Amino acid sequence: MTGTRPTTIVACPDGPILVRGDAQILDEDGKPIERRRATVALCRCGASAIKPFCDGTHKAIGFSAP
Amino acid sequence: MKLPHPRGPLSDAVTTLVSSSLGTRTSVDEVARLAVDESTDLVTDEDVQLALYVMNELAYRGFDGVDDDWEWDPELLSVRRIVETAFEDVLRRVVQVPTDVAPERSEVAAALFAMTAPTPGPSVARFVAKRATREQLDELLVLRSIYQLKEADPHTWAIPRLTGGPKAALVEIQADEYGGGDPERMHCALFARTMRGAGLDADYGAYVERIPAITLASLNLMSLFGLHRRLRGATAGHLAAFEMTSSLPNRLYGDGFRRHGFDEATTLYFDEHVEADAVHEQIAGRDLAGALAQQEPELCQDILFGAAACLYLDDLAGEHTLSAWTAGSSALRAIA
Repeated sequence: MTGTRPTTIVACPDGPILVRGDAQILDEDGKPIERRRATVALCRCGASAIKPFCDGTHKAIGFSAP
Repeated sequence: MKLPHPRGPLSDAVTTLVSSSLGTRTSVDEVARLAVDESTDLVTDEDVQLALYVMNELAYRGFDGVDDDWEWDPELLSVRRIVETAFEDVLRRVVQVPTDVAPERSEVAAALFAMTAPTPGPSVARFVAKRATREQLDELLVLRSIYQLKEADPHTWAIPRLTGGPKAALVEIQADEYGGGDPERMHCALFARTMRGAGLDADYGAYVERIPAITLASLNLMSLFGLHRRLRGATAGHLAAFEMTSSLPNRLYGDGFRRHGFDEATTLYFDEHVEADAVHEQIAGRDLAGALAQQEPELCQDILFGAAACLYLDDLAGEHTLSAWTAGSSALRAIA
């Protein structure tokens, strides 16, 4: 292996933010939030019931990304 | 698993053939031609769908006492081809597929999200969340077990048939489906845990006798797409549609089980899918299906067909379940 793939962040059109790679996600007190998968989707519409992760609710509320 | 009991002449001929010694010749293809020609509705034909399920299953885990080599037996392959061709023909005729989608990544992703947009109104998931009885929860798990105990496997067949970005996207999704390398977190293992939590038998294929044709048809569709390289586009579209219609319903399924007092270990399967499939639908829509349409534009219509066929059969299966439950009867196949 020569080097590792960099962490990437993708804003999905009218959807969540996909984070791939070694990013640490912290809560407002700076405590790490457990990541259970290699690629995570972060809520962008504000309506997810499992924040900071996306649960697909943006589709039900017709979220349109700014 | 055990070979299921036949449900008519074709499934009888197929199960009898694979129970015989390899190389036996019995003209099952004539029985197959007759069965598909005379069927009034192939999609809900118990005999034909079970026969196809049995032939496909030889490519997954096989059956107790059945020689594994039947999978590649020429006579059985010709029978499978007759049934698959008729099944695909019916779906190509009845499934509505958008025809004005350009083979570009964002266009295809947008079309798939539009096809799968949440709709109001009755659904199995809403029924489960609010009204399902304890017995109906069991039925939900039994119906889903025929696929969920091999969750992800049919789509995995497409991996060696793809290249570059679409291949990497499919691997990314499937790796997560298989628990990121942790056998305890494989989605099929989480589903087995949910079944056991409800007091059901989580052995592979344990409830096949109770599975109605329409549910077998949904699985047979995935196997049809997965087993044919020609249909790799349809597999990508099928997976995208499947993932895009998963997060929100799984939330509701979990709610139904919580309403009946089930613990976190039992609802973990559903909770995991709320989070996982919100990731997978983005990857499947853009990086798999969308990117594949751009890479191989001639697959664009098949990608959309795969998605539309998935939704068509899932809707029929949902209607079957909901109409049985609202009438106070069982959604499972009655057995003597």
